[in-house]
Amino acid sequence: MHTTVVIIGAGHAGLAMSRRLTERSIDHVVLERGEVANSWRTERWDSLRLLTPNWLTRLPGRAYAGPDPDGYASAREVAAFIDDYASAVSAPVLNGTTVTAVTSTGDGYQVATDRGPWRCAAVVIASGACNLAAVPPVAADVPPGIAVHTPLTYRNPTDLEPGGVLVVGASATGVQLAEEINCSGRPVTLSVGEHVRLPRTYRGRDIFWWTDRAGILDERHDEVDDIVRARSLPSPQLVGTPERRSIDLDTLAARGITIVGRLGGLAEGVARFSGSLANTCTLADLKANRLLARLDDWATSAGRDDELGPPERMEPTRVAGRTPLLELDLHRAGIRSVLFATGYRPDLSWLHLPVFDRRGRIEHCGGVVCDAPGMYVVGHGLVRRRRSSFICGAGPDSAELAHLLHQHLDARALA
Amino acid sequence: MTMTDTPVDNGVNTEALLGAREALSEAPEAAAFTWRATCSWVHGTHSTSTIEGFSGLGTDHQHKKTFTFEADHPECFASQDLGATPVEIVLAGLASCLTAGVAAVAQHRGIQLRSVTATLEGDMNVLGILGADPDVRNGFSAIRVRFDIDANASPDDIEALVAQSQKRSAVFDIVTNPTAVTVEVA
Repeated sequence: MHTTVVIIGAGHAGLAMSRRLTERSIDHVVLERGEVANSWRTERWDSLRLLTPNWLTRLPGRAYAGPDPDGYASAREVAAFIDDYASAVSAPVLNGTTVTAVTSTGDGYQVATDRGPWRCAAVVIASGACNLAAVPPVAADVPPGIAVHTPLTYRNPTDLEPGGVLVVGASATGVQLAEEINCSGRPVTLSVGEHVRLPRTYRGRDIFWWTDRAGILDERHDEVDDIVRARSLPSPQLVGTPERRSIDLDTLAARGITIVGRLGGLAEGVARFSGSLANTCTLADLKANRLLARLDDWATSAGRDDELGPPERMEPTRVAGRTPLLELDLHRAGIRSVLFATGYRPDLSWLHLPVFDRRGRIEHCGGVVCDAPGMYVVGHGLVRRRRSSFICGAGPDSAELAHLLHQHLDARALA
Repeated sequence: MTMTDTPVDNGVNTEALLGAREALSEAPEAAAFTWRATCSWVHGTHSTSTIEGFSGLGTDHQHKKTFTFEADHPECFASQDLGATPVEIVLAGLASCLTAGVAAVAQHRGIQLRSVTATLEGDMNVLGILGADPDVRNGFSAIRVRFDIDANASPDDIEALVAQSQKRSAVFDIVTNPTAVTVEVA
């Protein structure tokens, strides 16, 4: 089968690209291994809600129009939004079509699937950034009798045996799951490395109102100081709740969660944690307050101080001042499960092209894959701008990449 | 970021460091360094460590001269106090590493340093090394570092400088995280 563009993945990013290509009358197909918004239906824990408020949930030509613009969508609601979008834009989605290999044909690509191959001039990789759990090697040293989980398999605390739980990682995922597991009556120890602390609201507005309005979400990939580092930062410690409450190491400690440093090693059933917890907290506090100072500057220059509450600063993280636990005999401490909330990575094992760096990451510049003309990637963190990491980034990213893709097709037609 | 009229000079060549970072990212095998020290017993608890060369950038290197460090135990341990104790040398290593980091980060951030003094304390219950209490560890139970820094920067910028130097410090990492150590008899 032939088409001009194959889009791999019918999530928000793939569908936004589909809409852009339709606008440009570019023939294409969207291959989806399951059904539209598959990851949101099948790979999210039960309580997950978006970090961004509903008013930021928008795709090209469609925005959230429900009754709760300041709320945070559940995974089911996100799936429904994306599903509606696929229908609204009449995306040419082929459900139940799993891509097994993508290879070069010289002037284009062959996309092999379990339902036959496609040949095309261009490929848009929109298969998601969170297909696999990025688990550190130390996971192999968890002693027998203690279960290992990841956020991709975890659904709710009843998946875990009664007893203590070691949660490794303090991104949004780690802090949210540590809190809900602790609330289920399972004592939680949370291992914390480098992390990003953010208040849920600031001066009366959601933190995303600020980063959206102040232009921070629009910082481009080629403006960010260190793009490799920026793309590998853990997600901010946020949770979407009706009360719009903040979540951080101190709120977790107040609930009885034991905060320890980064998991440095595990030998003979004894976990060893870094003594650098105080500094990782200090770094996060300083960074959060630098952001707030920057937001204050923006508010003043934009003349919005009158409509906002007074400026504040984050209090230093209190757990940083305590002497942290440095080692824990897991069995003796009653730990029955270890949950590695240590990040995700895409599964691009079907992409048989030399487009990966030595650490296995796809090399691209603003979503244009290096050394693979006519190949694009969307829906990963900070692809073209900070906003790319969120659903609302698919709009501007797809507009620009569809333009570049169209140029590529035109140049190819002339060649 | 601090703005200054005169160029900042802390004696750190940040261009070379940033260039090395870029070059070594492309050539990871050259980034593999091995550091070496040898130590000879003199008498009692007195020993002399010698540091001459190391490997890295795909080749062997010699220091411009051979450095030696005397170590001993103090008289209250019934020794002769002919050198600093090994644990004090660890404190010195941590202090030097953090201080070098402060200078490098300050240079990179345009902060002119006028003086930097680190004061370190390491607490230790010697019942551990004496084997008198199995519940007491041999090593430090806590280390405190205090930096006194005079620089043309705000207190927040100085705090960020010190935090970043910890984040990038080899010895801070060595002290705060476990390291696999193998010891064999030749």
